[in-house]
Amino acid sequence: MALTIKINGESREIEADSDTPLLWVIRDELNLTGTKFGCGVAACGACTVHIDGQPRRSCVTPVSVVGDAEITTIDSINTPEAVAVQTAWQELDVVQCGYCQSGQIMSAIGLLSENKKPSDGDIDTYMGGNACRCATYHRIRAAIHRAADILEA
Amino acid sequence: MTISEKLPMQRRDFLKSSSALGVALVVGFNTRGVLALQGSETATDFNPFVKINADGSVTIIAKHFEMGQGTSTGLTTLIAEELDVPWDDVSVEFAPSNNELYKNLAFGSQGTGGSSAISNSFIQYRQAGAAAKDCLVQAAAKHFDVNVADVKMSQGVLTSGDKKAMVSELVEVAATMTPAEKPVLKEASQFTLIGAESLPRKDSSDKTTGKAMFAMDVKVPNMLYVTVLRSPKFGGQLKSFDASAASDINGFVDAKAMPNGSGVAVYAKSTWASVKARRAISAEWDDAAAESRGSEQMRAAYQELLAADPVYDASGTGKHAEIASAAASAKASVSAEFEFPLLAHAPMEPLNCVIEPAEDGGVLVHDGCQFPSITHPTVAAVLQIPPEKVAIKTYYAGGSFGRRANPTSDYHMEAAMAYALMGGSHAIKLVWMREDDLAGGYYRPMAAHKATIGIGEDGKISGWAHQTAAQSIAKGTPFEQMLVHNGIDHFSVEGIVDTPYKINNMSVGLSDYESPMRVLWWRSVGHTHTAYAMEVLMDMAAEAAAADPVEFRLAHLDMADKDNERLAGVLKLAAEKAGWDGKQMAGKGRGVAVHKSFNSFVALVADVSTDAAGAVSVDNITCAVDCGLAVNPDVIRAQMEGSIGYGLGAIMRNEVTLTDGVVDQANFPQYEPLRITDMPNIDVHIVASAEPPTGVGEPGTPPTGPAVANAIFAANGMRITTLPMTRGGVKFA
Ligand code: FES
Ligand code: FES
Repeated sequence: MALTIKINGESREIEADSDTPLLWVIRDELNLTGTKFGCGVAACGACTVHIDGQPRRSCVTPVSVVGDAEITTIDSINTPEAVAVQTAWQELDVVQCGYCQSGQIMSAIGLLSENKKPSDGDIDTYMGGNACRCATYHRIRAAIHRAADILEA
Repeated sequence: MTISEKLPMQRRDFLKSSSALGVALVVGFNTRGVLALQGSETATDFNPFVKINADGSVTIIAKHFEMGQGTSTGLTTLIAEELDVPWDDVSVEFAPSNNELYKNLAFGSQGTGGSSAISNSFIQYRQAGAAAKDCLVQAAAKHFDVNVADVKMSQGVLTSGDKKAMVSELVEVAATMTPAEKPVLKEASQFTLIGAESLPRKDSSDKTTGKAMFAMDVKVPNMLYVTVLRSPKFGGQLKSFDASAASDINGFVDAKAMPNGSGVAVYAKSTWASVKARRAISAEWDDAAAESRGSEQMRAAYQELLAADPVYDASGTGKHAEIASAAASAKASVSAEFEFPLLAHAPMEPLNCVIEPAEDGGVLVHDGCQFPSITHPTVAAVLQIPPEKVAIKTYYAGGSFGRRANPTSDYHMEAAMAYALMGGSHAIKLVWMREDDLAGGYYRPMAAHKATIGIGEDGKISGWAHQTAAQSIAKGTPFEQMLVHNGIDHFSVEGIVDTPYKINNMSVGLSDYESPMRVLWWRSVGHTHTAYAMEVLMDMAAEAAAADPVEFRLAHLDMADKDNERLAGVLKLAAEKAGWDGKQMAGKGRGVAVHKSFNSFVALVADVSTDAAGAVSVDNITCAVDCGLAVNPDVIRAQMEGSIGYGLGAIMRNEVTLTDGVVDQANFPQYEPLRITDMPNIDVHIVASAEPPTGVGEPGTPPTGPAVANAIFAANGMRITTLPMTRGGVKFA
């Protein structure tokens, strides 16, 4: 069916079955490849996007339920939290293979939008669903603290 | 300033601009291994390693792919160091597939693995950088009208007295110079980048903004998406299939039987349509030659192998039974049996690649390609085209841990078959779902160990009889000739048979387990299980000798032996940094392990705690590593953190099990990866060393399991000899 979705500030016409996960519309149809596929069952977080500012797993979000909501992907997010997170990630060289990192960053932005000064415990709870097979967790924690400091400054 | 304004020029833009600019200084080696400039050589017998463009920007060509281990940063460091250009002016491009020109000097063929990228490139890449600099210096001497010896170069600026020129002003002339045959390399004391603490990773900005390209992100014109319906059992053959239920799925294009009977290729206009269609297709399989045992039967088969005499005498003592009985009747003795499960690599990016038709009638393969030397001929053979009609474009790889480097190039072969079945009419993108990855094989083999150790009057080990059973990784593959000697697959016994410890009367026996299931190296290969057995046994032996675990290990190392000295060095450093004092604290436990692999030495001290219900948390790991000269200290730290985390998740709770030959684990919820909540604090200490650089991608993994196991024993008295630990009875908080 033909649908219109709002993504990264634009309205895009798409053609997809209503059960198609938003992830595959974003990647295959719109060719926005910053958002990754890791598991397809909401168990890794690689596909995290923001829907009306909230981190969501696009692999289990049927495109038909998105409606009018604003979708934002790693490809264009530029809120102050996003800039702080990306800056901190680069300062601390968090990434290894990098494949999970779009999702990690989208989640971290969500965390800092809700909680300006997260503790290690807050970070672990919020980020627990984002898997990193390279195990960059140690630096993810440090980078979220650093991003909080950047935002505070 | 936004992030993107701060980023260095993107790689793709850069390629465009360099070709537009034309003039470039390109340095590499010719097929005789002699440094040369492009222009003096034809394109086919010359491998560019460094390109300096007319605008002074530099591109290095990485012969090793980047799976997160930091090679793109490491290889850049080697060239930029000798070339003396600003770090931010250098970008990285991956080498094309060419086995002759871009071979790994450690293997003799093009590929990445064995933690060898920096060690085999250390001199080669620096020479290329030095040669490029030599040409620029010669050009500057001509330009300034001075002697070569009077030209200095630093940070991309060439000077002589008060004369000064930028690289960009000299490129054209430099491209006409002949580089010194053996350019002088810097002394270690002159290094400014090698060993520098603050070099940003080359892939950091692209990987934090979603711009980094993985093969999964490739979309080319006229491309179909393919998933494959495979036999649920390893070795099952397709008899027939029925795709009629898929016909009304939007986007479904076609389904075809793979020519080797391995499954059904399902073609569609999107990944999702292919997945949906695959679900709708039913198939019948011939399981006559398939593995149809379950894990319990496999475990029993391993026990039988250990109960019988070993088939191979890996240590060549010829006295296994004698040593075993002497050890058992020593003053004190310990014996134990260990069991290790199948493990999946589960790289974060599920396996995939794209094959598109090329104008010359050949194909272009887009892939995070780890072993071009195998993938290239494999694709050519399947497509029945000459190898020169195959080209491979390498992208960032979303992890591998060994999975992408396999003797059959399995997923490329599937992609090539799927491409051929359509007669080359479409580009195809083969995608594995996570379910395919976990059930698709090429696992770390199951292994079992049994050992009896005697402790003599002097409190030291008087004899050690060790028996291993494992499925061979190398047998039946092209690597067999290189890796199997007298029937013994070195991967099954490495880390035991060549242990650096000085142990009198050590015998190592081996028996092979056989299965049609495919097994493979998994980050640190045999060391994944041998280090666990060795270092838990060393702890048990120390306990039997009533000795401190650190002191006991040191007592079996001989400081006159270089390897032993380095092993002792990391052991002492980790113990010192952790504040090892042998004291016990209620509810806490501390364990140590040390292991040599890939010519590097890693010691870990693990701290665990138990809560009121007895659940274990791994709180802290102190790591000491000696990997020779530390080229990129922060990459080394990151690799230690990552390889410790990778090992930790596996030993805690990961296993692939089978029921009647069918894999039980469907997706991450059944093969739960290490999470941030499980991650201990990790402190890494690097031993200062002037030895040649050695591996860092793998050596952190082997000591992780035993350090944690020994810490758990210290905390609650449980000796965990069955992995994963959750199967061995441990509850984690
Ligand atoms: S791909 Fe969506 S959570 Fe894994
Ligand atoms: S950086 Fe590789 S999976 Fe996270």
